[in-house]
Amino acid sequence: MRLLKLVPDDTNLKFLRYRMPFYVVSLLLIAASWGLVMTKGLNYGVDFAGGQEVRLTFSELEEAPIPSLREQIGALGFGDPVIQRFGDANQVSIRVRLPENVENTPGAATAIGNQVISTIESTYENVIRDGNDTVSGKVAGEFREKAVLALLAAMLAISLYIWVRFEWQFGVGALFALVHDVSLTLGMFALFQMEFSLQIIAAILAIIGYSLNDTIVIYDRIRENLKKYRKMPLPELLDLSVNETLARTVMTSLTLLIALVPLLLFGPASLFGLVAAITLGIFVGTYSSVYMAAPILIWLGVNSNSFIPQEGVADKQERIARGES
Amino acid sequence: MLEFPRWRKIWLWSVTLIAIACALPSILSMSNLRWPDALPSPTVNLGLDLAGGSHILLEANPAQVAEQRLENMEEAVRNTMRQAEPRIRIGDVSTSENQLGFMVESAADVDRARELLLPLVNGTGLTREWNLSVVDQTRFVLEPTADGISNAVTDAMDSATEVVRKRIDSLGTREPTIIRQGDTRIVVQVPGLQDPDQLKALLGQTAKLEFKLVDQTALPSDLEQGIAPPGSQIFPYAEGSDFAGSSIAVRRLGGIKGDSLTNAQQSVDPQTNEAVVSITFDQAGGAKFAQLTTENVNKPFAIILDGKVLSAPNINEPIRGGSAQISGNFTTESANALAISLRSGALPVDLTVVEERTVGPDLGADSIKKGLLAMGIGSLLVILLMVFTYGRFGIYATAALVLNVLMLLGIMAVFNTTLTLPGIAGFVLTIGAAVDANVLINERIREERKRGRRVVAAVENGYKEASRAIYDANITNFIAGVLLFIFGSGPIRGFAVVLIIGLFTSVFTAVTLTRLWVAGWLRKARPQDLNI
Repeated sequence: MRLLKLVPDDTNLKFLRYRMPFYVVSLLLIAASWGLVMTKGLNYGVDFAGGQEVRLTFSELEEAPIPSLREQIGALGFGDPVIQRFGDANQVSIRVRLPENVENTPGAATAIGNQVISTIESTYENVIRDGNDTVSGKVAGEFREKAVLALLAAMLAISLYIWVRFEWQFGVGALFALVHDVSLTLGMFALFQMEFSLQIIAAILAIIGYSLNDTIVIYDRIRENLKKYRKMPLPELLDLSVNETLARTVMTSLTLLIALVPLLLFGPASLFGLVAAITLGIFVGTYSSVYMAAPILIWLGVNSNSFIPQEGVADKQERIARGES
Repeated sequence: MLEFPRWRKIWLWSVTLIAIACALPSILSMSNLRWPDALPSPTVNLGLDLAGGSHILLEANPAQVAEQRLENMEEAVRNTMRQAEPRIRIGDVSTSENQLGFMVESAADVDRARELLLPLVNGTGLTREWNLSVVDQTRFVLEPTADGISNAVTDAMDSATEVVRKRIDSLGTREPTIIRQGDTRIVVQVPGLQDPDQLKALLGQTAKLEFKLVDQTALPSDLEQGIAPPGSQIFPYAEGSDFAGSSIAVRRLGGIKGDSLTNAQQSVDPQTNEAVVSITFDQAGGAKFAQLTTENVNKPFAIILDGKVLSAPNINEPIRGGSAQISGNFTTESANALAISLRSGALPVDLTVVEERTVGPDLGADSIKKGLLAMGIGSLLVILLMVFTYGRFGIYATAALVLNVLMLLGIMAVFNTTLTLPGIAGFVLTIGAAVDANVLINERIREERKRGRRVVAAVENGYKEASRAIYDANITNFIAGVLLFIFGSGPIRGFAVVLIIGLFTSVFTAVTLTRLWVAGWLRKARPQDLNI
């Protein structure tokens, strides 16, 4: 049986020839992402925004009557409700803000949720309650705080480990790639206003993990080649390393994609956001390992001496004392 | 590198088999098959987001505990001083700014009073519960210590958790999980519960029942302005009671608390046909109740629930039987809920719902079905790709992948972890890492062969060179996982747990087990060439 070869032998693509334009574009994309997050904002789900969210299925209808729902629930006086499709066309999630003092009044949040549901049930028949979430402002604030803290701690610790295992330039490169991945994912969520919840944080963590895998594989090969080809110019050596690991990069990404795409197409609605984010992250993560993590090593001045045991000061003095050159 | 002594083979296989055996109960229960009850059955619990059910996070206000504690201290001090031989007269008692202050009327009693207070102040443990100081010769000031307050909060939360458990059990819901979280929170999870309103109503009710004498000297005009006569305090009538909207003044001290009940039942008053709650006092409570009603015949006393007056009936005759009836315009349901709450005891502190999530069971079941279908399709495609790309080595990789999933499930079951939606993200990442490890190894073997190494050397080198990157990648992810577990909130932790366990199983299956198989095959077949 002849086996499949996705990447022909002796592939030698000049990935790093256009590193400058790619870098500029990447930096612009990162800036644009943060610009989007600042201006359009993230569409926080109930986890991070707090409030009362009910999920309903209109079993008698083809499509949920979103505009009229918005009008009906807006009239209840809890401010503008956030109404989104959720899974099928006849499934929606409706979020209303909770009044300020609701935390001190047991049962008040439930009463609001029930009011929303009974308003809807009075107009439409056979509305199925798929679930509801109540998150107080305080708890939502804690979720936000903890998510940011966990992300930052993980990113920093990862970079430190890579610094210890490789060289500081690699640590900076990995951190840069991670910042790139997280920024672009956030930017995407801001651009399309997809619901941003705790699940998405889990997805971003998975993306970080995957992108890191990629970065480490390439870095490992760079380290190996730095020891092997002492005289090779760095850009050429990086290209060689990326090309040598290309078969693996393509194969792993492809495998993950074919595992994820069915989940995206046929999987449950509740997983859609999570899977979409991870799928996107595979592209972003693969790109960042090649175009963010690798070229930065050139600018940070990595050279083959980085991995040759350095002569300590004491050794040097001893050598001079012995009169050797 | 390819040498496996016999003991090592046995060890590897037994680890694998044990982990897989632990996964069996979970798999059977997911596919609706029965696992023999006689055997131990560790299972992976499905999180509420997958299986449906209710998750409620309750929070207590520690300030309320401190307040309550101050009140109890006041009562204890008064009793101690009254019962002293000879009695120590005190006055000017004040509880403000979280301090209890009082004056001993005769300066000669100061030392004796201090002596008597010491046991109250020191508590039972090694920590001092209150700071006691005497100012201006005769004024005592008691201030709770930080340790004292934190002990009190811990105690209150412990007993609140117990009360919550009793109340939920009385609803007959199956397998609720009730855990303390942090200093002031309790998490309640009830799988399969569709409509948590009843549960929340039950948990939202503190059920602090008090009987206090009505202060008939209060002027209606003062009551309206909220001014209580000295030694009294004002309580509003409960919503739905006969006098809703108005208030009543009751004597602060000398009442009876409802925590000395042995039973509470919902019943019907034969005369009015109204739903009532019948309560039975324990012996001490009954005696106190008898005394209170004997001493105050023909005076009204207020029945107060959670700071709201239900009713204020007249004491027509002494009640000596140790049981009584509470009426308050109840419905059968609300009377039943109150009876349950009273039976399980009052919550030592009010609990508020700060987070609630409910997922309908249909949605959960639908999620699982669709998720399994999609994962099935995905797995099939991955297997095909691996086999067509790496041939024999692809089959090994696939087998390792299957074992990886099984072992991960098995270990999760042993640790009784819960699989949630974010956990699935962890699963995906783990499987990705396992696939990647095999891809790395196989690509490396290809490369080594291309460079002209002989079969055994190529395989050995492939594993050796690829392992470095695999270990580095997994250690970094492990570090990230641990940090996420430490800093993350509930759902992020669900991700972290799966990730951490998955890293171990994926390295074990994708590197160690495949090497064992490849080594076995090389030894037996002695191939001259590799089709890879």
